[in-house]
Amino acid sequence: MQITVKVNGVAHTHDVEPRMLLVHFLRDVLNLTGTHIGCDTSQCGACTVLMNGKAVKSCTVFAVQADGAEITTIEGLARDGQLHPVQEGFWEMHGLQCGYCTPGMIMTAVDLLQRIPNPTEEQIRHYLEGNLCRCTGYQNIVRAVQYAAEKMRA
Amino acid sequence: MYPSTFEYYRPSSVSEAIQLLSQNPDAKLLAGGHSLIPAMKLRLSSPAALIDITRIPGLSGIRDTGDRVVIGATTTYDEVMRSELIQRTLPILPETIDVIGDLQVRNLGTIGGSLAHADPAADLPAVMLALGAEFKAIGPNGERTIPVDQFFVDLFTTALQPNEILTEIAIPKPAGRTGMAYEKFANPASGYAVVGAAAVVTLGADGRVTAARVAVTGAGPYAVRRTETEQALVGQEPTTEVIKQASQRASEGMTFNSDVFASDEYRAHLTRVFVGRAIAKAAQRAQG
Repeated sequence: MQITVKVNGVAHTHDVEPRMLLVHFLRDVLNLTGTHIGCDTSQCGACTVLMNGKAVKSCTVFAVQADGAEITTIEGLARDGQLHPVQEGFWEMHGLQCGYCTPGMIMTAVDLLQRIPNPTEEQIRHYLEGNLCRCTGYQNIVRAVQYAAEKMRA
Repeated sequence: MYPSTFEYYRPSSVSEAIQLLSQNPDAKLLAGGHSLIPAMKLRLSSPAALIDITRIPGLSGIRDTGDRVVIGATTTYDEVMRSELIQRTLPILPETIDVIGDLQVRNLGTIGGSLAHADPAADLPAVMLALGAEFKAIGPNGERTIPVDQFFVDLFTTALQPNEILTEIAIPKPAGRTGMAYEKFANPASGYAVVGAAAVVTLGADGRVTAARVAVTGAGPYAVRRTETEQALVGQEPTTEVIKQASQRASEGMTFNSDVFASDEYRAHLTRVFVGRAIAKAAQRAQG
């Protein structure tokens, strides 16, 4: 089936099998490998991207469902060589060790900050429930989101 | 992980979707896909065709019909949770949805999809039973209304016929001094309800309970109302003692699941405890 998906502002038209997952479309067809596959069972959130502005797990969406949608991946966040405030937060607050979960964490945090510009620590932890990190214990991830929230309000 | 191959259809009307369902007996309806796609990836489910109903105009959205709130079947959890009308009239829905899945699941998962799937550990079935919802289904022979009390019939089984589509959920707006609450004992790994209890309690001017609806999910093969508990509340002042007595009856006559996480005996205990908590919170809210 032929689909057209706008990814990071650029429209891509491809013929795909209905069973192709969005994450494979992004990684294998468009070569956007910043979106990671972690658990592949809808638990870990490493594959999170924004679909029409909302965080979704791209391992649990068929590419055909994204036909006509706007997708933002981790590669689409920086502007003119400037990191997005959430990316900057993870850098500044040491919000990662191995970095595997980071793209998904960042995309979910972007959705959170669109909804709640000034989240409490409890809200940050609640909204990141669908993203698992096996290195840091979340402390610095929370700080990274707080850093971004402050920067985006400024 | 890739699921087996399937045909993908994207009908633009309910009648076209019903026609496709009738022509493809092995087809499944696809809405948010957040129960179906994981099952397909594990090859627990291998439908020959998927009928994507998310682009059918009119199947999604929330409207106020005066005495009821009507939610389209493909409305997402996130849309329901953020609706000002729902927050004002049916606060139990945002409260419940906030503890369903995670943000990404709530962004795509749909109300109708969850109800039609009838997962025994899903949260919404208990809440819909407590709210006294009515479900609209459309099939080849036209449309019919299914009261929630007749909708959940067994494990993953509803009163929907194979070629019927759930299109709307209509919920009566609570009248007078009504309080509502959902209390859940979540599995710490999956977040699903080991036991979830929903209560909607209405008080009269004298502070006595005039109406109560109490329902439980997670505990057994499908969500059920607890009428003995409801009857023990009506006519009484919702004191701690009355609520305790009523919630003791919540496990009467029920079939309980038993698995590695919780034995049937433990689920029966949790049922009594969480029903008690839901009633107490609902009554307190009704008292304002």
